[in-house]
Amino acid sequence: MLGKLTWADIPFDNPIEMGAVVFMGLMVAAVLGLVTWYRQWPYLWREWITSVDHKKIGMMYILLALVMLLRGFSDAIMMRAQQAIAHDGAPGYLPPHHYDQIFTAHGVIMIFFMAMPFMIGLMNIAVPLQIGARDVAFPFLNSISFWLTAVSVGLVNLSLAIGEFAQTGWLAYPPLSELQYSPGVGVDYYIWSLQISGIGTLLTGINFFVTILKMRAPGMNYMKMPVFVWTALCTNVLIMAAFPILTVTLALLTLDRYLGMHFFTNDAGGNQMMYVNLIWAWGHPEVYILILPAFGIFSEVVATYSKKHLFGYTAMVYATVSITVLSFVVWLHHFFTMGSGANVNAFFGITTMIIAIPTGVKVFNWLFTMFRGRVEMHPAMLWTIGFMVTFTIGGMTGVLLAVPGADFVLHNSLFLIAHFHNVIIGGVLFGYLAGFNYWFPKAMGFKLHEGLGKAAFWFWLVGFYVAFMPLYVLGFMGMTRRMNHYDNPAWTPWLQVAAFGACLIMIGIILQVTQLVVSIRQREALRDVTGDPWGGRTLEWSMSSPPPFYNFAVTPHVHALDEFCDAKERGRIARYEGTYEDIHMPRNTPAGLFIAIFAAIMGFALIWHIWWMAAAGLLAMVATFIWRTCDDDIDYYVKGSEVARIEAEHERQVDLAAQLAAVRV
Amino acid sequence: MRNRKPGWLSGAVALGTVMLLGGCQLDVLDPMGNIGQQEKSLIVLATWLMLIVVVPVITLTLVFAWRYRSTNANATYMPNWAHSRPVEVTVWAVPVAIIAVLAVITWQTTHSLDPYRPLVSNRKPVVIDVVALDWKWMFIYPDQGIATVNEIAFPVGTPVEFHITSDSVMNSFFIPRLGSQIFAMAGMETGLHLIADHPGTYFGQSANFSGAGFSDMHFNAIATTDAGFGAWVEKVRHSGRVLNDAAYPSVAAPSEKVPPIYFAQVQHGLFDQIIAKYRGKALNFNSGMKAE
Repeated sequence: MLGKLTWADIPFDNPIEMGAVVFMGLMVAAVLGLVTWYRQWPYLWREWITSVDHKKIGMMYILLALVMLLRGFSDAIMMRAQQAIAHDGAPGYLPPHHYDQIFTAHGVIMIFFMAMPFMIGLMNIAVPLQIGARDVAFPFLNSISFWLTAVSVGLVNLSLAIGEFAQTGWLAYPPLSELQYSPGVGVDYYIWSLQISGIGTLLTGINFFVTILKMRAPGMNYMKMPVFVWTALCTNVLIMAAFPILTVTLALLTLDRYLGMHFFTNDAGGNQMMYVNLIWAWGHPEVYILILPAFGIFSEVVATYSKKHLFGYTAMVYATVSITVLSFVVWLHHFFTMGSGANVNAFFGITTMIIAIPTGVKVFNWLFTMFRGRVEMHPAMLWTIGFMVTFTIGGMTGVLLAVPGADFVLHNSLFLIAHFHNVIIGGVLFGYLAGFNYWFPKAMGFKLHEGLGKAAFWFWLVGFYVAFMPLYVLGFMGMTRRMNHYDNPAWTPWLQVAAFGACLIMIGIILQVTQLVVSIRQREALRDVTGDPWGGRTLEWSMSSPPPFYNFAVTPHVHALDEFCDAKERGRIARYEGTYEDIHMPRNTPAGLFIAIFAAIMGFALIWHIWWMAAAGLLAMVATFIWRTCDDDIDYYVKGSEVARIEAEHERQVDLAAQLAAVRV
Repeated sequence: MRNRKPGWLSGAVALGTVMLLGGCQLDVLDPMGNIGQQEKSLIVLATWLMLIVVVPVITLTLVFAWRYRSTNANATYMPNWAHSRPVEVTVWAVPVAIIAVLAVITWQTTHSLDPYRPLVSNRKPVVIDVVALDWKWMFIYPDQGIATVNEIAFPVGTPVEFHITSDSVMNSFFIPRLGSQIFAMAGMETGLHLIADHPGTYFGQSANFSGAGFSDMHFNAIATTDAGFGAWVEKVRHSGRVLNDAAYPSVAAPSEKVPPIYFAQVQHGLFDQIIAKYRGKALNFNSGMKAE
């Protein structure tokens, strides 16, 4: 009846895992309890859970990402603690079975369930507003994408309580991930959570690609698009091209594990090298999927807080596009040591280095944007400056690893770990946190507390260097990744320093949580009434914060790059005097949520071989989809008079604020 | 809070340098053989080349951020300056030039350091067949007719020719102080040529995660004199154990923290058998691997 699932699959005998399970259970119960106590279920259901509004979906994505940042970081600090104490015969406190799950979960969660939702959340909030659109092209699809990601997060975390997670490393190389060597359900949790969220990501890619191509405001030709929109466009092209490779690769592994096929097994003609090539043919574009939007955010932030035009916009666009193209011809640099011939290795080494050229140009352009500017040290700008220094170092070690002769001694070492954290923390995460500080008032209507934001930045920055510079050294000392314990006493002090660095980062994260709490409590003092708290340059700052649910009351016409800045400079800002037309809006729907829940049920059933439940989940998904397709009541019109009322209220607020400011002066 | 970064950074760099110079053991940067030596030189050269652009970028970032901070009213402010041909040409040209040089170096060294490339020497190489198992390394000396687990020896100044496979999951064969590593994969043979120029016992390991016992998958690589090598071979020959079809399954069965084991005799063709068994009927199956 329940397939492989028995009571024995719940890790009652493991106090650490059970502690985490109980803690997670209490947190979830507390949240559900509070919502019930304050009778907020109808509000949540109406305004959030069933919402198809890109701004709300964006905020839910980011909330999900921040929660997963905490989960992924807990894994990180457990690993650093283990390696700091497990030396010279001491086994540490995490046996391999648990430790191997932790490093696998850390990688999977940080990439798929922290970075991706964070990036997609920021895109959701900013892209439609920056191009002057009312929403994304397919709002319902957007809701499905979010909920598919959310239930996958649920599946990954469920593996903590029921069964186990993969013990294979975050890319689950076969033959280790094959049934023969990983007979448990860990790899199956990995497969189905990534498959379900991967479909969500692919749908997002299609959605935003169409949105950017078809829904730009009149006058906004390609070379008038904000850089963030350009990078989002390139990222979504990459998502559409790369994610199907991931889906197929995991599907082939699934066939091996479930139906006894031999795509990647040792015997019967299976070829593990095929998997390694395929997974990196997705995996390398994936890192550019993550970093390109971060580059876009830095471009917006550096121009805004330097009070200047972005230096070399055209070069920035060409650099972004060339990185997009090149990202597909470098994947082999992840396995120079697999035994390819010298010509092949050299080719991929050189293509990899070539990417450093457009990336270097970008860094120079940000640099020269600050040049002769008026640089305001807002937290978003601090993250940007911290990024420029840190990412440059990470870029250098990356090019070093792209030289096959150097990679032969550094591959899979802690040098590699230091390198990719250097670019993923110092590039991707710093970028998203800059974007978080930058767009927060637009989404929420009030600014984040600056002092706490700066304090969090400094702890993160210093913590990063203390935690990861020792790993470069350890790489040169010959230490490889994923070691549970070791016998080399020379490594210990460096690992202890690294553990201390992780504690500094933890303080940074605590400060970020504090920043969020304090900002919410002081929201009246931090309120942004004008909608343009930073002297913004792009269209999202031309509207109220938070924007009305229909976004633009009147579709803007774009005349220049940095349209809003241009309009302010030329005095083109004028209040709309005409009558407002009715606005066509999509209706909220719970269909996305239901489809995702049924997908999760199907995934869970497949993991545990509960075939009847898998079939039921699949049927329910299809039925929900058909039900939704037959529903004709999916849209409505906001009356022009209602729009006029909302816009007048916003204008009244702005006037009031202006008067108050005048009185204070 | 503002602009404390230069202090932090230079502090960290200074501390790092002191500790580096303080004599800690950097295996990869203190190689004991020619291949490792070349790789170290390559790392150092590539790093210097990249510093040509990295140092100015970091310096300019910090200088510009400080000089043009909003509280500094003395600095020039040009809000509309967003294009400069000389600057743009420079920022494209400098990285292009450096990468061009690096690309040439990469092409040459990737060929000269190709793990499959036999080393030039007037001495006949020592051949060692390597099998990655759960979780230990098995070594066969086909010319000497002996085998070991988790220990190898070879004479100093003599090329060592490794033929590598796996009878389990993917691993990576790596002796940090001698240089390159390469993957060990079942049903396939990879190759690696190394040489030790100084005697010593070097740490060997798997550099690719292979499951529960991975952390203890170590071996000793003993580089010694010709006489020392001869004595070591004799010691192995006197162990009395035989490695054949009957004994192999117990060796291959998963085990952890395995101390060195010697086999006085090894069944002829065992290494080829281990590879061939995964190929089934497709004996001519082309894995895409370069044949030795």
